[in-house]
Order: sequence, then structure tokens, then C-alpha cells
Amino acid sequence: MKREKYLRSLRRQKIIIITIRILILVVFLASWEFLSRFHLIDPFFFSSPSRILQYLPRVNMNGNILVHTGVTLYEIMISFILTIALSLGVAILLWLFPNASKVLEPYLVAMNSLPKSALAPLLIVWLGTGTRTIIIAGISVAIFGSIIQLYSGFRECDVKGTKLILTLGGNRLCCLRKVILPGSIPIILSNLKVNIGLCLVGVIIGEFLASRRGLGYLIIYSSQVFRLDILIMSIMILCLIALILYFLLNRLEKIMNKQK
Amino acid sequence: MKPLIEFKQISYSYQSPDECTNAIENLSFHVNKGEFISVIGPSGCGKSTLLSMIAGLIQPDSGSIEYSEELYASHPIRPIGYMLQNDALFPFRSVYRNCILGLEINHALTEENLTYTRSLLEEYGLMPFADRRPTELSGGMRQRAALIRTLVLRPELLLLDEPFSSLDYQTRLTVSDDICSKIRSEGKTTILVTHDLAEAISLSDRVIVLTKRPATLRKEFLIRLTRDSEHRFSSREAPEFQSYFHSLWEALYET
Repeated sequence: MKREKYLRSLRRQKIIIITIRILILVVFLASWEFLSRFHLIDPFFFSSPSRILQYLPRVNMNGNILVHTGVTLYEIMISFILTIALSLGVAILLWLFPNASKVLEPYLVAMNSLPKSALAPLLIVWLGTGTRTIIIAGISVAIFGSIIQLYSGFRECDVKGTKLILTLGGNRLCCLRKVILPGSIPIILSNLKVNIGLCLVGVIIGEFLASRRGLGYLIIYSSQVFRLDILIMSIMILCLIALILYFLLNRLEKIMNKQK
Repeated sequence: MKPLIEFKQISYSYQSPDECTNAIENLSFHVNKGEFISVIGPSGCGKSTLLSMIAGLIQPDSGSIEYSEELYASHPIRPIGYMLQNDALFPFRSVYRNCILGLEINHALTEENLTYTRSLLEEYGLMPFADRRPTELSGGMRQRAALIRTLVLRPELLLLDEPFSSLDYQTRLTVSDDICSKIRSEGKTTILVTHDLAEAISLSDRVIVLTKRPATLRKEFLIRLTRDSEHRFSSREAPEFQSYFHSLWEALYET
């Protein structure tokens, strides 16, 4: 009886939350459309949902909207995967060689605090414009913070566990495989979520400066030719991408936690 | 008979940038095969350091530890088993997979060893919980799981570092009684570090009392209790118990 009641209230709460979420979106889009249509805000500067939908299939600036979105997505995914692989690798090496990490610490901190957009012009001179430069820009924004976060996560992970492994006759590599990595899965998962956002930032910065394709390019170009409909449309698509990627990672986290 | 392990004039100090702490100084004693020995001493006197040294995790500054060939007589996977102060069971592994951790590390996942693990789980009443997470177990069950993890490597010598200190008093009585009688029946040589005098007297053949830091040997007591084997905790009710308790207390706190 009580259990049923509890489950029902849980379900109701979930429905209410989702309804309100959708409602906010609908109210936002409707009032935007309304204000713009009756010229309470200037549709030239603020556009409107209907204008965006109208322009969506008609964008043709070095390719249609699908091309630009696809290019940006591709660049994000590659830089995200490389960031994860590289920062995990470096963090593991730092954990295996604590002296190296002591030596490198100030450099890592300096690189992490540096505003990475300052690097972008340099990257363009060194590597030229194009996908490669943009992927590297994406990696450069995320990687240093990621290394620091993973390494400090590894270090906080269970000192008692490593002593246990030593008493059972294992070496440091065993500690890594049996304690540190499995124990750090929650940290690694939250690290993924941070990195996907940072890679997105890096890729867009890169596209601002060094590309002929992608949503970042579309934003810069449409602002220069005063096509604010397209500019706002690109931003909306970016919102959507960020949301979907975050949602996918959340699912992954849930699946991993269930396996535990 | 040659002792299983002999300490000869062992010293050990901890170094830190600010100071050098002498933990153990000129400590000598021996352990015979099959003996159950308790080591007691004021807190922080270097008892755990002693166990780490026997286990080979740290090396003495001077003196030597001599291990007898007997340690390897029964072809153990690890001749020395070390049970830490906390059970250190990994929450991301099931109870069973925690128990076979040592086998994994020593590349000894043979059918024979796995069968032995299962028989231990059965014997210690943990078989129904083999696939559960350690977080779902009670304190006493966790201790038993940690003991199995140590025993599957078939050690000749067991080092127990206050293994019952995290348990509440009642559980502690039953678990220590339970675990130690199992260890005895397996005929293992055991060194138990504890700060509980009653525990030391009731479980051991011999008690070694250390001085405060830097630790050295203060006194040794041979324990002979008239046990009534029918009765649980009988050793704590033996007529000699009180007098042992007093002598240990005096040895511990005399200046």
C-alpha cells in the first residue's frame, strides 16, 4: 500500500518535471515568435523560430547546414577521443613515475591556466588552417585540466588498497590495474563530461579563426554579412549538440554504474 | 629446532624532512613453527612497522631477519600472509573476486586454487554472499572475507595487524574467537599485533611486550591456560587469566 503510494508519487514527480521542462521551452519559443512577429523586438536582430526554420534548408555558405554541423561534430568527436586517450595515458605515466609528475607540475598548471584562445593564432601559423588545426585547438583547451584532474583522482584513490596489493605480492603496475583504474571509474566518467564541453569550446574557437566549414565558421561569417537569422540558428544547433552529447554521456555513466 | 623467523638486533627509523623518528631499536626475538604469538605495546610504538618489516615491505636499517626454509616447505603461493588493520575489500569487486585477488596477482588462478577458495567461502559461511558487494556484508563477515583472501595463498606465516579493532565489542569477541580457532586448526604460525591485553592472553601461546618508542623487547610471557573446551570464551574465564592480565599490565606500564 505504502509502497504503491510512494511509487505513484515518484512517477508523478517525474511527469511534472518533464512537463515543466517542455513548457519552459514552448513558452520561450512562443513568446520569441510572438514578440518578433508583432515587431515588439526587431526581427532583423533577434530573428524568430519561424524564420530560423525557414532558413534552415536554404543556408548555402560553403555548403549547407548539414555539412557545417557534420564538420563540427566530427571535429568535436575526434578531439574528444584524442583528449581522453592522451590525458589518461599521461596521467597513468605520471602516477607510475611520481618524480616526473613533481618536475612537470608547474608546467602543467601554467599550461592549464593559460587562456587557450591565445594559442589559436600561433596554431594557425604553425599548422595552417583546416581540420587538423581545429582538432588540436579542441584538444589544447581540454587536455591540461584533464590530466591534472585524472592524476589527482588517481592519487586520492585508496592508499590502503595499494598497500594491500603490495602485501599480496603485487607491484606498482598491479596496483594500477587492480585498484587505481577500477577505483577511478567515477572520476573518469565525470572527467568525460567536463572534457566534452571544453572540446566544444576549443573547436568553436578554432573554427572562428581557421576554417571555411563548421558552425563556428558559420557564426563568424553570418555576423560579418549581417545574416543574424543564420547566426542565431547556428547557436541553437550548438545548444542542441551540447545537450545531446551530455545526455549520451549521462547514459553511459548510468550504464557503468549499473554494472557496478 | 630452528625457529621459523628470527629477528637479530633489528633497528628501523622513519625519515622526514623535519625529523628522524626511531621506531624500533635493537629488537631481537624469534617465532617457532606453529606458534601463536601476540605483540603488544603502547600505541604508536612501531608494532605495525614490525609486521611490514616481516612481510618484506620495508627493510631494517640494521640487524637481520632470518627466515627458515620451513616457510617454503608446503610450497605456498606467498609464504607470508599479511592481514591489514582494515579489511581493504574493494567495493567494485564482488566478495568472491576480492578473495581471489591475490591469486590473480600471483598468476595462480588454477582450478585447484579456485576450488580451495570456494571451500573456504563455504567453511566460513560466506558462500551465499559470494556474488554480493563487500558493502553489503557485516563487519564480521568482511573480516572473514579478508582472511580468506589471505589464506587462499596458503601462507605458512600469518601476520594480523589489529584485525578486529574495527569491530564492536560483542562482534569482536565472537569473531576473534572464531577466526583464531580456525587459524589454529589449520596449524598456521601467527603473529598478532593488538592493543587488547585480554585478546592477547586468550588467543596466544606467547605474548611479547614492547617498550614505547623506540620499541625494543620488554618482556615475554608464555601463556598456559586451563581451558574448558566445551565453553565459548572459556580461555577468558580460565583461573590464570587475571594474573596474566596483571603481569602484562605491569610490564606494559612499568617505567
